[in-house]
Amino acid sequence: MGSIWEYANPKKFIATTDKVLPWVSLLALVALVGGLVWGFFFTPDDYKQGSTVKIIYLHVPSALMAINVWIMMLVASLIWIVRRHHVSALAAKAAAPIGATMTLIALITGAIWGQPMWGTWWEWDPRLTSFLILFLFYLGYMALWSAIENDDTAADLTSILCLVGSVFALLSRYAVNFWNQGLHQGASLSMDKEENVADVFYYPLLLSIAGFILLFIALVFLRTQTEIRARRMRALLARERMS
Amino acid sequence: MPDLGKYAQAVLASYAVSIALIVAMIVVSILRARKMKVQLKEVEGRIKSNG
Repeated sequence: MGSIWEYANPKKFIATTDKVLPWVSLLALVALVGGLVWGFFFTPDDYKQGSTVKIIYLHVPSALMAINVWIMMLVASLIWIVRRHHVSALAAKAAAPIGATMTLIALITGAIWGQPMWGTWWEWDPRLTSFLILFLFYLGYMALWSAIENDDTAADLTSILCLVGSVFALLSRYAVNFWNQGLHQGASLSMDKEENVADVFYYPLLLSIAGFILLFIALVFLRTQTEIRARRMRALLARERMS
Repeated sequence: MPDLGKYAQAVLASYAVSIALIVAMIVVSILRARKMKVQLKEVEGRIKSNG
């Protein structure tokens, strides 16, 4: 088995991801549809929250992805800063719109869920506020990529922005623990099984989370391939103009 | 269809918005991937033929 850095070669990355992409996509479809159908049609109402508990199958996985996509971007950005592998910078760029969409889903489903349960669509609660700031960071990150023409400069500056934004990604995750205040409850999932939601909601939730993770992997592979091709095209066009 | 009671609107709205956003993200990613593949092939072909 070769080194992981082999995949920093754009050709090798495209060849490998081309092989696994159909399988990851198929698994994502099965897990996502399975988790959502199971959760929506075959789970009971909660004794306190009624049928709104079904929103958990969208809200928790999307919130989880919102934070973890940024963490993945952070790792990719660090690899770019340290090792200057273009594929890692392009993977971070490819992941950003997916993370932004996940954050938006978490914010919208949270507001829709909050209205009947808390009596308000929005509250400047630590977790909600840090999620909104994280969403703005995603938008800023994407805007910065598209504002700078030189790919390497864009990768440098967006990597720095990603490092700064990581504070809010972590804050979104731990805000409930830091400040014991606000409307948002603690984590729905924990390593400690006692703290988890009841089993009847837990298993479809796990399947739904697996679906969101696999969907992210499939999309980030596809979008990174696209970014690699776009970068190659820009380089070829620049060379053509020079000659 | 399960009986969602008085929260039907909230639950259905959450699913509708989330599924629409996810599908839009998938469609945009696939269309852009296809477009970029074709454009790159065209540019590579042109450069090859021009020597």
